[in-house]
Amino acid sequence: MKITVAGKLKEYSDGLTVKQLIEAEEVENPLYVTVTLNDEFVNSEDFDKTVINDGNVIEFLYFMGGGR
Amino acid sequence: MALSNEQLERYSRHIILKDIGVKGQKKLLDAKVLIIGAGGLGAPAALYLAAAGVGTIGIADADTVDLSNLQRQVIHSTSDIGKPKVESAKESMLAINPDINVITYKEFIYSKNILDIIKDYDFVLDGTDNFPAKFLINDACVKAKIPFCHAGIIRFEGQLMTWVPDSNVPCYRCVFKEPPPKDAVPTCRQAGVIGAMAGIIGCLQAMEAIKYITGAGELLTGNLLIYDALSNDFRKAKIPKNKNCGICSDNPTVTELIDYEQPPCELNK
Repeated sequence: MKITVAGKLKEYSDGLTVKQLIEAEEVENPLYVTVTLNDEFVNSEDFDKTVINDGNVIEFLYFMGGGR
Repeated sequence: MALSNEQLERYSRHIILKDIGVKGQKKLLDAKVLIIGAGGLGAPAALYLAAAGVGTIGIADADTVDLSNLQRQVIHSTSDIGKPKVESAKESMLAINPDINVITYKEFIYSKNILDIIKDYDFVLDGTDNFPAKFLINDACVKAKIPFCHAGIIRFEGQLMTWVPDSNVPCYRCVFKEPPPKDAVPTCRQAGVIGAMAGIIGCLQAMEAIKYITGAGELLTGNLLIYDALSNDFRKAKIPKNKNCGICSDNPTVTELIDYEQPPCELNK
């Protein structure tokens, strides 16, 4: 299946969960990433049971604390 | 009040823009913007807003200028080391444009002082360097219904989003429920940041303030702008409203402003 991950079109096997995608994409600080799937938030408790489907759009939103 | 000849000349490149004009320039001159943090993000934002003729600019920071600041905090000079950042910033801003009024707050923001500081401003820029401050600014601005622009930077990456008081606009806490535990996510001091990143993202914050004041274009509401300098990737990630948000939902759980435990500034110690 083809999905859009952080703005880029990518090929993944069917049945992929959000948790598996986080691992495959080597997300830094996976405990503290916010995920949206088709413009809706996915609760972190649901990462391992949320299955991504063909054509889905996933965003990883990261904490960025710097500024001064 | 009509613009003086000097103002017409100083702001001529604004006035010629059809989205600004004399009307927009007058709005800028009448506007009050508060910048929290006179550092990496606050420096370019303060300089450009001063140059743009934003009539009243507040700047809040308790720290003094340190040698390690100068790699990115372009509002301060080597000769300013040891001077309060707000004083150094004020001098630089007035040197560019004596036509404006700069109000300094030589203090860090806490739950006890923030509402008093922000209450007289039209727009707030978050130029702080830690999550407790970023959540506090979000919560206070949402509570007081004052529009603000959040930004964060680290390494070669930056992000920003704008919030305005509108029931459909998500806030920072909609995206990030609560601050990460101390040291769980690296700070700029631990991970580093490229100085130009502060310049780019701070200028984008100034742009959001100018667009809000003049009504030009669209604001970065409902979107998180993400910039990755290494891959030259600039894009907007759509962010939904969180119906369970702790501060801006119908049933907020954050009823009092919170001082989270992390110290206000780790960068300069």
